Amino acid sequence: MASAAPELNRRPGRRFDALVAWVDARFPMTRLLREHATQYYAAKNFNFWYGFGVLATVVLIMQFVTGIFLTMNYKPSAEEAFASVEYIMRDVDWGWLLRYLHSTGASAFFIVVYLHMFRGFMYGSYKRPRELVWLIGMFIYLCLMAEAFFGYLLPWGNMSYWGAQVIVSLFGAVPVVGEGIAEWIRGDFYISDITLNRFFAFHVIAMPLILLVLVVVHIMALHEVGSGNPDGIEIKEHKDAGGKPLDGVAFHPYHTSKDLVIIIVFFIIFSAVVFFAPDMGGYFLEHANFEPANPLQTPEHIAPVWYFTPFYAILRAVPDKLFGVVLMGGAVLLPVFMPWLDRCRVKSVRYRSWIYKTALGIFAVSFLALGWLGLQPATGLYTTFSRIFSVLYFGFFILMPFYTSYEKTKPVPIRVTK
Amino acid sequence: MSGGNRWRESRAAARPARRTAGLLAVMAVSMFAATASAQHEATLEPAGNDVADTASLQRGAMYFVNYCLGCHSAQYVRYNRLAEDLQLTENLVVQNLMFTGEQPFDTMTNSMRPEDSVRWFGIAPPDLSLIARSRGTDYVYTFLRSFYEAPASPTGVDNVVLPNTAMPHVLWELQGINRAVFEADEAHDGEEVFRRFEQVSAGQLGTQQYDQVVRDIVNFLDYIGDPTQLAREALGVRVIAFLLVFLVIAWLLKREIWKDVT
Repeated sequence: MASAAPELNRRPGRRFDALVAWVDARFPMTRLLREHATQYYAAKNFNFWYGFGVLATVVLIMQFVTGIFLTMNYKPSAEEAFASVEYIMRDVDWGWLLRYLHSTGASAFFIVVYLHMFRGFMYGSYKRPRELVWLIGMFIYLCLMAEAFFGYLLPWGNMSYWGAQVIVSLFGAVPVVGEGIAEWIRGDFYISDITLNRFFAFHVIAMPLILLVLVVVHIMALHEVGSGNPDGIEIKEHKDAGGKPLDGVAFHPYHTSKDLVIIIVFFIIFSAVVFFAPDMGGYFLEHANFEPANPLQTPEHIAPVWYFTPFYAILRAVPDKLFGVVLMGGAVLLPVFMPWLDRCRVKSVRYRSWIYKTALGIFAVSFLALGWLGLQPATGLYTTFSRIFSVLYFGFFILMPFYTSYEKTKPVPIRVTK
Repeated sequence: MSGGNRWRESRAAARPARRTAGLLAVMAVSMFAATASAQHEATLEPAGNDVADTASLQRGAMYFVNYCLGCHSAQYVRYNRLAEDLQLTENLVVQNLMFTGEQPFDTMTNSMRPEDSVRWFGIAPPDLSLIARSRGTDYVYTFLRSFYEAPASPTGVDNVVLPNTAMPHVLWELQGINRAVFEADEAHDGEEVFRRFEQVSAGQLGTQQYDQVVRDIVNFLDYIGDPTQLAREALGVRVIAFLLVFLVIAWLLKREIWKDVT
């Protein structure tokens, strides 16, 4: 009996191994875990800026979960939508929490994604061999904008209504077919119950489905080429005898344990907003949106939610409507071309010239300034400044092939630094 | 009624700055000033209400039912929820706040038909469930204190915060009747600008007492705008406290796992 005791203790383990073997013979479970977690190596010197990818994933999951529960009580009809949101806020158990998590989550998503993209600008994440990772990421960003736009109509507040009205009418700027396109999108001559129904369908099915697929593809492409790092060097070029990158650590348990810390810090900040300032002084939930949609009364001044305002400022800076729409679209799409606009071989801003550092600084300031200007009325000095910063914003991209061709870069280290 | 003379100051400040907009620093200053002028014309008085003050909420509920509910609804607010949050028994609410045979689970509606109100006032009085969130507490507080005598108006009064308002001065018995003093303003090319109120006839309450009544009403409106706000903040403290403890544990775990990484 004495010798049988350890044997008994090991049995569950053996059974578990057998189960794993059974699954592995039918599905590549262990192989996937190794390739994407326990034997996926990423640089050990990730800094602050490398936390936003995992945070974007976490926010995506949170939006899915809270969204599913909100859908259980939300009514996508012009008659009932506004009241159903208030029903969720007041009568559904924990409904207020679900709603605030979801509405704050939308803004958090954009903050996280903008910082994630800026990380790319800083450390050349779009450069060879990661061009596809970048392109797929830009697709995700475009889908996210669409997802946010569709979702913003659903509460059927007056700002929802007029925001959608303004954005959809932009299509009317297209010559000849413009009005037809705008009508086709709305399904009506103005934003109506029909529009709300289709936006609901896009928001809860079409866009989330595309987003989910794109995020999986984004991560697959990333794991194929390997994550970058703040030094902008390829850790795969220096491996030990076992084929493990010398400067890399396994995603699990190293990066997962670090990510857990990052996620908790994020949720502390996020909770501070959700629990203590869910409307964020009118920036996350706009004051005018607490009045139901009223087709006969426009809000005092219509401004989109903060995450669209940089582009909205560019739109309004241009006197001609069609040209404004074209420039706004251009401003959104220009980052797509980063892998080809940037001619410098050095990836990380750490070893690039003062020219790029200055240009990047100007870009960041322009983006933030345009974001602020987009919230102000389009009058006098605001328009002047919107024009100045629009020129700087476009200058950063359009002049990039020139100022990056002759950069005096610093020597790039062979191995990662601290 | 002291804040009236600041009604248009912000706009005046923007002008001289614009003339010297050559230097970047000056431009920055004028941008700041221009922001201020773009906001409400009327300077709003801070409401200074406190949704944690249950006694004030109870008084506010009473004033709301007595003075507001006749025309305005609060269609998302349930009486029994109100009872619970305001620490009243359902019986007390039924006896003191419900006069027209509602059930405790009903919401605060009234029997004025929108067609009638449009005929009487030219506009249907808005539902007030969310007025504190859409307009802000300061707005409602200042609005209810800014009625003044206007014989030409169908209701006999007008309002500095919302000129040509269709709303009569429902609280006139409490506040009394004010006269508004407008003066030509040099900075606005001689345009008439509101300066101050002068009392024409006294009401039942003194200025401070009246302000407190208005503050109670605003407090009640603030509460019904987001009835979970107190519970939300209480939960927030606990959630963040938990996360801070979790953060320490996660940090120790991370440090342990990364110990061998050089």
